[in-house]
Amino acid sequence: MSDTTHPPAAERRVDVAGQWTLMWWKFRRHKLALWSGVFVLFIYVIALFASFVAPKDPNAYAARYAYVPPMKVAFMDRDSEGNRTFGFHTHGWKVETDPLTLQKNFAPDPDVRIDLRFFAPAPEPYVLWGVLPMNRVLFGPADATQPFYPLGADRLGRDVYSRVIHGSQVSMTVGLVGVGISLVLGIVLGGISGYFGGWVDNIVQRSIEFLKSIPQIPLWMGLAAAIPAYWSPIAVYFMVTVILSLIGWTGLAREVRGRFLALKSEDFVTSARLDGCPELRIILRHMVPSFSSHIIATLTLAVPTMILAETALSFLGIGLRPPVVSWGVLMQEAQNVRTIATAPWLFAPGVAVVVTVLALNFFGDGLRDAADPYA
Amino acid sequence: MGGYIFNRVLWAVPILFGASVLSFAIIQLPPGDYLTAVMASMRSTGESVEQSQLVMLRERYGLDDPMIVQYWKWISGIVLRGDFGQSFIYNRPVDELLWERLGLTFVLAFASMIFVWLVAFPIGVYSAMRKYSVGDYVMTFIGFLGLATPNFLIALILMYVSFTVFGTSAGGLFSPEFADAPWSWARFWDMMGKIWIPVVVIGTAGTASLIRIVRANMLDELPRPYVEAARARGLSETRATVKYPLRVALNPFVSRLGWELPDLVSGATITAIVLSLPTTGPLLLEALLAQDMYLAGSFIFMLSVLTVIGTLLSDLLLAWLDPRVRHGLM
Repeated sequence: MSDTTHPPAAERRVDVAGQWTLMWWKFRRHKLALWSGVFVLFIYVIALFASFVAPKDPNAYAARYAYVPPMKVAFMDRDSEGNRTFGFHTHGWKVETDPLTLQKNFAPDPDVRIDLRFFAPAPEPYVLWGVLPMNRVLFGPADATQPFYPLGADRLGRDVYSRVIHGSQVSMTVGLVGVGISLVLGIVLGGISGYFGGWVDNIVQRSIEFLKSIPQIPLWMGLAAAIPAYWSPIAVYFMVTVILSLIGWTGLAREVRGRFLALKSEDFVTSARLDGCPELRIILRHMVPSFSSHIIATLTLAVPTMILAETALSFLGIGLRPPVVSWGVLMQEAQNVRTIATAPWLFAPGVAVVVTVLALNFFGDGLRDAADPYA
Repeated sequence: MGGYIFNRVLWAVPILFGASVLSFAIIQLPPGDYLTAVMASMRSTGESVEQSQLVMLRERYGLDDPMIVQYWKWISGIVLRGDFGQSFIYNRPVDELLWERLGLTFVLAFASMIFVWLVAFPIGVYSAMRKYSVGDYVMTFIGFLGLATPNFLIALILMYVSFTVFGTSAGGLFSPEFADAPWSWARFWDMMGKIWIPVVVIGTAGTASLIRIVRANMLDELPRPYVEAARARGLSETRATVKYPLRVALNPFVSRLGWELPDLVSGATITAIVLSLPTTGPLLLEALLAQDMYLAGSFIFMLSVLTVIGTLLSDLLLAWLDPRVRHGLM
């Protein structure tokens, strides 16, 4: 470490570094948070390129592959003479119908080899982001007519893997949009409350306490169930996020208010006021920059709450509805214990939720620690 | 103390009023009025709709009156006569359906709270005392995992495990022979044998967050000079930590009780739907989906009322425990 051998140089570097640089240095030391951040970014990239990453259309169905188990991707194989061959491939499944129960059983079929490749032809040409016509997908069977179910299929023979990837689009953005709405509400109400104090503060604080003292999920359920069934999926999506943020803004407002209260009596704010700075400029130019890092951290920690709430509502069938694909909607397939006993891979969207929320929590925790670089 | 209690109880009144307005708003939310839903439901089951009955219902809920009169008819019925309205999917007065299910919901929420305390407290203290040990990391990770996993997913996983491994369904709160039986010790024991599954499910998230709070509190207290002074006087390590820092770390247990309760009731609602427990959750969902709004609204209202009362009790308990709170210093 050269820093320790030349302390004066290092100290000078710390002295002249800006606030955001200091925060980045502090955040960087928190390895778990750093990698979680990278992972979250990775999920958003996947969500952005979902139709390219997913080998199939999320709503494409094939009844004869209903409940087909996951197909393992292998790289090494032996040909008929026993020599090693290389190349991505998987094996198909034989369907055996039980003569007594008429239940379909799948058994691996070593004779059917399905070759896989990167930039495989798409089953059907599609248009990425509504502008780019594409006919390739990231990874899939070399022959697009062959089946490929890396995470198995659901009751209609839809590819769970493709559906989870497409589901990320809705699930990940619900968090962002919801947090965006909460941010506006939280900053405006929390700011007013903290800056003016007095009876305004009292009213806002009492409303926050009121919202917090009522069990959220029954309230969400009541509000979400009132969304008319004939609304378009986009309208439903928007309404759900609005409902989630109408109750979710309270934590943010408290954070903003606390910061305002703490900063209001700081010397630099007083001196700005003595210099004749207008109120709005004091808020925007002097106060907001000193707590924006805390807000970003609180926002990051609010995203997973929104994701979990959307998942729960959609799972109950009163949030988003098919044909919209979100992780909560996908979990509806796994409502029945007999279904998941025969097809445990239907838990996949749940795993996606847990992993994502975990990463967002670690990331947000690291941000919160780094938000105050002088501590 | 008297002044504090008075203020605190007084403050519960506007909250209860707000909860009633909110619940009434939810009753009014679906398009069309209550009778449209009743008629649609009756037609779909092939029942004939009697005009006289409709007129009677219209009169009872004041559906032709302005909103404020309707609200008054609804809330005064509840407060003065205990009349919550009529459920058309069950064709029974709402209050007959309400009380036992509400009671079980709160039994579940309180049992979960006790579970949360019993688990979170020792683990939190252990994590703080053995900071950065393997045990601390494992507990922290499990805690994060518990926070990240939705309640219903834990419930599903438990159901899956018990179905595939033990071959039984984990759902329900009573064995079939006790489902509709009156309360007895046998029924109580039967419930105790099954209640732990929902309790664990509901308690996980709360446990995770409480562990982190206790750990942080203990870590704040342990380096304080008074702990050092206790050690210097020759107190054993256990005594030096248990006697004072632990008592300070105990505060969030009580102060969070009020915060925890709404979450636990929320958790109990959704877990009950997955595990099909005879609590408010499944009936609330059913009522909402069928737009049986007086049933749904009453559930939301009563869940809120009982939560507010629970929070009030926990605040009073905290004031009794902590003089700083009752003198308004915190």
